[in-house]
Amino acid sequence: MIVFKSIWTSSNAPGLIPLSVTMKIRRPLLRRIFCLLPCSAFVLSFAVAFAQTNSATPSKNNSVYAELAKAPQKAIARPNPLATDSDAIPAGAKLFAQHCAECHGDMADGGKKGPSLLAPEVQLATPGTLFWLLSNGVVRRGMPVWSKLPEPQRWQLVSFIKSLPPASQSAPNAENSAHP
Amino acid sequence: MLRLVLVSSLFALASVTLPASAQESPYIVTYDHYLEEPGSLEVEYFSTYGTQRAGNDWVAYWGEFEYGATAWWTTEVYLDGQSTFNDGTLFTGFRWENRFRVLQREHFINPVLYVEYEQINGADKILKEIEGHDVEADNGDPNAIARQEHDHELEFKLILSKNFKGWNFAQNTIAVKNLTGGNPWEFGYAIGASRPLALKASSKRCSFCAENFVAGVEMYGGLGDRYSFGLNDTSQYLAPVVAWNLPSDWTLRLSPGFGLNDNSHRFLLRWGVSREFSGFGAALGRLFGGHS
Repeated sequence: MIVFKSIWTSSNAPGLIPLSVTMKIRRPLLRRIFCLLPCSAFVLSFAVAFAQTNSATPSKNNSVYAELAKAPQKAIARPNPLATDSDAIPAGAKLFAQHCAECHGDMADGGKKGPSLLAPEVQLATPGTLFWLLSNGVVRRGMPVWSKLPEPQRWQLVSFIKSLPPASQSAPNAENSAHP
Repeated sequence: MLRLVLVSSLFALASVTLPASAQESPYIVTYDHYLEEPGSLEVEYFSTYGTQRAGNDWVAYWGEFEYGATAWWTTEVYLDGQSTFNDGTLFTGFRWENRFRVLQREHFINPVLYVEYEQINGADKILKEIEGHDVEADNGDPNAIARQEHDHELEFKLILSKNFKGWNFAQNTIAVKNLTGGNPWEFGYAIGASRPLALKASSKRCSFCAENFVAGVEMYGGLGDRYSFGLNDTSQYLAPVVAWNLPSDWTLRLSPGFGLNDNSHRFLLRWGVSREFSGFGAALGRLFGGHS
């Protein structure tokens, strides 16, 4: 429809072709457009179904926090350069609300897709460990790589996470979550 | 009409999904190694104005629906169209693109594989990538003639990208095979560098904070084909790029592009608007009776 309106109405269009010819072209093009919509819906539906199946697959490792233990020594020992920056925690809170709360919950106490960040496993981890996990993600369990945030912003997030009050015990949401 | 459909889609999606704060790169042609977040749908609209010697200037536009299927797989559907001044407006085809993250963690250089199927006609002018011996004169034919050429293409890209001290450096190598006719493999490239204007986030919500702006430059062009590899008879472009990530979850991009040789369009002005919707997968699941 988009295609031919202008050709019919542009009387001075160079290369103007007769209406009878445009009608012949119109049908296959319309068919293609109408075929495309269900095809696109199918592709997206497949991707959605795959994503949900994939994220619901239980891990062989019982703890969603196991990834923290994989941080290399050099990363674990890395100090937070913004540890004394008074703006780091509020800025980290803003970044958390923008990028993390959807999975980990508004209060960081866990959601359907991400575990609680109040758990001792997280709160006892070094800032360097958390920075390493943020930077690398846990791709196979659904946590994206967050290195697209500049380093200072990742450290601001670490400052905020470390400022959270630790839970007395691991959050119940942890075992149901797809990624740490 | 196409533009109307895209805008309507944006509002329809806004009613069923949550917005997610965007942190988008400014590139329009070049890809970096970041994929869409799992379960999120990004709806994008882009427009390219191009000057045309020996022909009419034009505006080509496309809509993108980009979905993060997993943290390592992003799939996208494009709908292309164009309007040529003093000629007409037409739908020029569709593309289905997939990007796969190869390595689980961040490395010195991060590779992503890209596979795309295109079904477009000869009037397509979005110039989302330049390959082979694509030159300005290819876009000079009237729409009524150009549209009669139908192409089915497979396109592959190796995306290499690295972050260093706040900068992103990305390089894409492109290989394209037109499945219609006996066309040879064609090649192209795109490279880009970009950096946010500020690396630290401010503690308050703000629209004009420096950290919301990402600026950079990209360069792209053809590299000939299997039988004549190189820069001869190719078009090349250099384009500054800037993105503005608004706290209201919209991203705006602007990129004036300049042709670097006589085979290139002298000037391309690209702009785009996008919005990311998180929870799209869950919303669709609920629509079909799931309990996500």
